Amino acid sequence: MIETPNQSWNLREWLAFASVWGAAVLVTVTFCWLLGDIIWHGLSHISWTFLTAPPENAGRRGGIGPILVSTGLILGVCLAVSLPLGVGTAVLLAEFTSDTNLFGRLTRRSLDVLAGVPSIVFGLFGNAFFCKTLGLGFSILSGGLTLACMVLPILIRSTEEGFRAVPDNYRLSAAALGLSRTATLVHLLLPAAVPGLLVGLVLGVGRAIAETAALIFTSGYVDRMPESLLDSGRALSIHIFDLSMNVSGGDANAYASALVLVIMLLIINGTASWLATHSLHRKIVTV
Amino acid sequence: MTSSNSNTSSRWATDHLLSWFLWGTAMMAGTIALLIMVFLVLEALPALQHIGLVRFFTDSSWHPAEGLYNLAPMLWGTLFAMAGSVLIATPLGILSAIFCHYYAPPALAGPYRRLIELLAGIPSVVYGFWGLVVLVPLIGEVHPPGPSLLAGILILTIMILPTIALMADASLAHVPQHYLRGAAALGLPRWAMIRRVVFPAAKSGLFTGVILETGRAIGETMAILMVCGNVVQTPSSLFDPVRTLTANIALEMAYALGDHRAALFVSGLVLMAMIVALIVSAEWISRGRIYD
Repeated sequence: MIETPNQSWNLREWLAFASVWGAAVLVTVTFCWLLGDIIWHGLSHISWTFLTAPPENAGRRGGIGPILVSTGLILGVCLAVSLPLGVGTAVLLAEFTSDTNLFGRLTRRSLDVLAGVPSIVFGLFGNAFFCKTLGLGFSILSGGLTLACMVLPILIRSTEEGFRAVPDNYRLSAAALGLSRTATLVHLLLPAAVPGLLVGLVLGVGRAIAETAALIFTSGYVDRMPESLLDSGRALSIHIFDLSMNVSGGDANAYASALVLVIMLLIINGTASWLATHSLHRKIVTV
Repeated sequence: MTSSNSNTSSRWATDHLLSWFLWGTAMMAGTIALLIMVFLVLEALPALQHIGLVRFFTDSSWHPAEGLYNLAPMLWGTLFAMAGSVLIATPLGILSAIFCHYYAPPALAGPYRRLIELLAGIPSVVYGFWGLVVLVPLIGEVHPPGPSLLAGILILTIMILPTIALMADASLAHVPQHYLRGAAALGLPRWAMIRRVVFPAAKSGLFTGVILETGRAIGETMAILMVCGNVVQTPSSLFDPVRTLTANIALEMAYALGDHRAALFVSGLVLMAMIVALIVSAEWISRGRIYD
């Protein structure tokens, strides 16, 4: 540059410095405000009785016992379906098809689309398919199955990455020893890929537990203790939504429920990042 | 990397069983997206036949009980909320990532990144609740009524910020170190280096981040439903209440029957069309055609 740029450079550098720090401070302050508000208002309402008692008076008083049970059941159904499907697909994509295989590419593309589907569209689909066509009605089963479709892409992607992180000489050695593919998979590849699977699992649980829109028309609003998987059950996130939108005077319990949900998610996310940094690159000790 | 070809014969019967099982699971997982499209179309078909696609944009208003199905105000609601939040969140998110990489002292960069990750994990219903009890009353004091397009934009901004910040963070991390050393050797000051060297090198990752956050902004339901006021109208100012396509589905699905229900599935189809368009453009960008 021929012109002396120092003057304008200094101004520009100073402006950039100010806006970068400004953005960082703004984001931090907003986050602390949000979290602080939820903790401040929620903490005083949380007690053992709140966690175990049934809701009274449409949730204004009482606790969230049956809601935690429903949430757990929905999550259980979701995992029972998505784990075998997800791990099976990931194994096929990572170990049994080459990168150029047409079926593999189509499946990956389809999973990319699935990952982008808005949650309310999952809700529409779950309502039309599980509740109406399969006749499951508003039930924990419908909700769990809808969530299973939703977490599948996350689960498959990180499990597949787990398998891809396994060094290639494991496969070659196993083949040279004449191990069957099943034995190679069960005894060698699966244990080595477990960290990736766990990260996917934890992320999937996090997504499922935070979900609201996909559950309103699949698992329903009923806040009684569920007696079977075909009963309607209210998830924790729907409870927060209902208390804050449809029940006047439900704010106190909504705060407490939100705090419970946030704490659960902090634990889940903490576990995921701990797993990712501490064990993803661990290898089987070679003797 | 090595992969077993499942067509070749194996001596073990269990291998064949395994192969069948794996193909079965992958078929199921692969067809879910197709199944969703099929069911959306099937359920939307009655409305498309009885009402026709054109009337969804030309009817005088959205009054399903009277047979009026104009989706346009809600489409505008979705587009305004999306545009507003993407416009605010993109610079903030990219500046956040730059802060982590080039400005923050090392002791601050790690915790700040963890904070953004935490922000990404907070459920939308919690954002919505906070917006409803904190943000909406604040806006109401400045300019009643409070639940408004502005509240929706602000909440969406906070929600999609982690998406763009984390994507930008990852793409800045992939800028080759020798570019930075070269820039430093030329005596470029920090911001000049970021603008002239880092941005061009990280461009495709940044664009992908913008597309991901746009998808998130279009699909978000609960938070926006809780703060936007949900009046069906084309907003004329930031303080007008609006209703988005997603919120409309969530609000009316509970009691919708017949053509009304089918019309909600049509709006689901519209949302899916937007998302597919975004995915296609993301694909286009990641192949590098944007530089041609």
